[in-house]
Amino acid sequence: MAENLPSPGEQVVIAKPALQSVFKALDSAGYTLIAPVLRNEAIIYDEVSSVDELPIGWTAETGPGHYRLEQRGDESFFGFPAGPSTWKGYLYPSRLKLFSVSKNGGGYQTVPNQDVSPSYAFIGVRACELAAIAIQDRVFIEGPFQDPHYEARREKAFILAVNCTEPGETCFCASMGAGPRCTQAFDLALTELRDAFVIEIGSPLGARMLLDVEWSFAGALELGRADQKITDAENQMGRTLDTSDLPGLLYDNLEHPRWDDVAERCLSCTNCTLVCPTCFCSDMKDISDLTGANTERVRVWDSCFNPDFSYVHGGHLRPNIRARYRQWLTHKLASWIDQFGTSGCVGCGRCITWCPVGIDLTEEIAAIRDEA
Amino acid sequence: MSTAAKPRLAVYKFASCDGCQLSLLDCEDELLAVAGAVEIAYFVEARRQTLAGPYDITLVEGSVTTEEEIERIKEVRRQSRFLVAIGACATAGGIQSLRNWIDVNDYVNTVYATPEYIDTLATSKPISDYVEVDFELRGCPISKYQLLELVTSLLIGRLPHLPSHSVCQECKARGTVCVTVAQGIPCLGPVTLGGCWAICPAFNRGCYGCFGPVEDGNPIALGEQFMALGQTGAQVSRAFRGFNGYAPVFRQASEYFEDK
Ligand code: SF4
Ligand code: SF4
Ligand code: SF4
Ligand code: SF4
Repeated sequence: MAENLPSPGEQVVIAKPALQSVFKALDSAGYTLIAPVLRNEAIIYDEVSSVDELPIGWTAETGPGHYRLEQRGDESFFGFPAGPSTWKGYLYPSRLKLFSVSKNGGGYQTVPNQDVSPSYAFIGVRACELAAIAIQDRVFIEGPFQDPHYEARREKAFILAVNCTEPGETCFCASMGAGPRCTQAFDLALTELRDAFVIEIGSPLGARMLLDVEWSFAGALELGRADQKITDAENQMGRTLDTSDLPGLLYDNLEHPRWDDVAERCLSCTNCTLVCPTCFCSDMKDISDLTGANTERVRVWDSCFNPDFSYVHGGHLRPNIRARYRQWLTHKLASWIDQFGTSGCVGCGRCITWCPVGIDLTEEIAAIRDEA
Repeated sequence: MSTAAKPRLAVYKFASCDGCQLSLLDCEDELLAVAGAVEIAYFVEARRQTLAGPYDITLVEGSVTTEEEIERIKEVRRQSRFLVAIGACATAGGIQSLRNWIDVNDYVNTVYATPEYIDTLATSKPISDYVEVDFELRGCPISKYQLLELVTSLLIGRLPHLPSHSVCQECKARGTVCVTVAQGIPCLGPVTLGGCWAICPAFNRGCYGCFGPVEDGNPIALGEQFMALGQTGAQVSRAFRGFNGYAPVFRQASEYFEDK
């Protein structure tokens, strides 16, 4: 049977309903499927068991501080731009117990979190999101220190990527070289045509999920159509960002009046950092019982927009919103490059859409560039 | 630990609804452990026996609204080693501080059948306006988890871990879709201190600001956004003038938008 499967790099075509068999194969292989679903007036990621739970026929209009669901008038499975959820929420959960410590006679006993990390199959991962995962891999796995919890989840994760054919008004992944075409580290990557999916095989594991699926090799016609859709998407980006020498631009303009301007508008609410698929900051909380005999250390998401984030002995390092917004933008687009060798932004547009007051980093950069 | 060595806890009430004290009784699972760890010396809602001061930990609920209360809070302070103001009334003046913007006699004459029986101050103000407060727990009502954390930290002798972030952070941590962005519902979450686990947005409503202003937020920018979403200045002003309306940051915002 196995010899009958396509190999990595090959492209096949399946009928749309056949995607359910891929879901079944993933389920049988022990994966928890996480996919886009319609919930609370948005398309978010959550656990699913059937393709019927996908937001078929739905899309969303996005803009600065604005997101509204809309019906498409067709039966597209993946015809919507990225929503507020991120895969970060699964690989790097917002709250995670790290270990517990108990008093033990005269000493202490430390027990690490031994929960078996979940095996996720991520359904519908966009190119910008693949790029974001690669960035977090650098932070959590490829640097001098490894995060074992991230690493365990990441190594187990199955990735069914989707080439983006529906960029939103706030998207600029093309400017960041992060999309809309999926080029890296997926098990399967799908392109949605009107009545079929073209699927690129990314790994032998991915190929095995087609065992019970009727597939045929994609012909020139299908490949051409799929390619055209992705090229169209590339030309429909809602925004652009001029990335030329961003570190130079930002480091040379640390006292630019635009920082005062944005500080008047920014709420310092943390939304932009928490929806960002690459932001990785956390805080530690020690939670003890009334006697102090048992304590748990828990890691929770944090953000450089919180005053306490940069509070040190003697006072605040970033005492106002101006300093905190500047930290965010310069970290994302400049010092991230010094630190990790890549930009910290993949152009997914979430920070623009989910900012309650619609602050747009591409506009802030353009303003600084114009008046620099 | 012998009974004599247990820290003595007192709970006092001023102008308030009792909801915050109830949070202590609401600790159900942990209540026996608390009762075992401290001596409940004065808590009339929970225990008939009342013991005289001094107390190690005193929780004070409610705002100061009468001359009698001014004297009483001074006495409570004298009897207390560690005085904690709990809830929006004790930390900001509560919803009853709406009187602070008008002539209190107008309210008295409208509300009471025999206004001459009412002897009240012109204002409702937080405990810290009258005596030194060692710590404040925000919320309307307070969070029982924060109360337990405070008691635990006092017993162990470390700082309490309480949130200093906005309600938005809790929305994102629990995966709630932003009601402002996805539905245009005005929400005070971006300028409100977390601690409630963002319960209102999770039930599809905007935040009411129960935990009061977050440190160094930007209520004016948020109010401008409410107006961009179609609210009038008066509506924005009223949104800020809620349970924590007299907290200085919200007070300024509510006055700023009053005539916009
Ligand atoms: S900075 Fe904004 S656009 Fe860039 S990756 Fe983060 S959320 Fe997306
Ligand atoms: S932008 Fe802020 S929250 Fe994001 S990674 Fe950098 S310091 Fe952390
Ligand atoms: S830029 Fe927007 S989302 Fe980010 S902290 Fe400021 S107001 Fe909040
Ligand atoms: S619903 Fe309110 S609290 Fe939640 S993220 Fe939106 S603005 Fe913030």
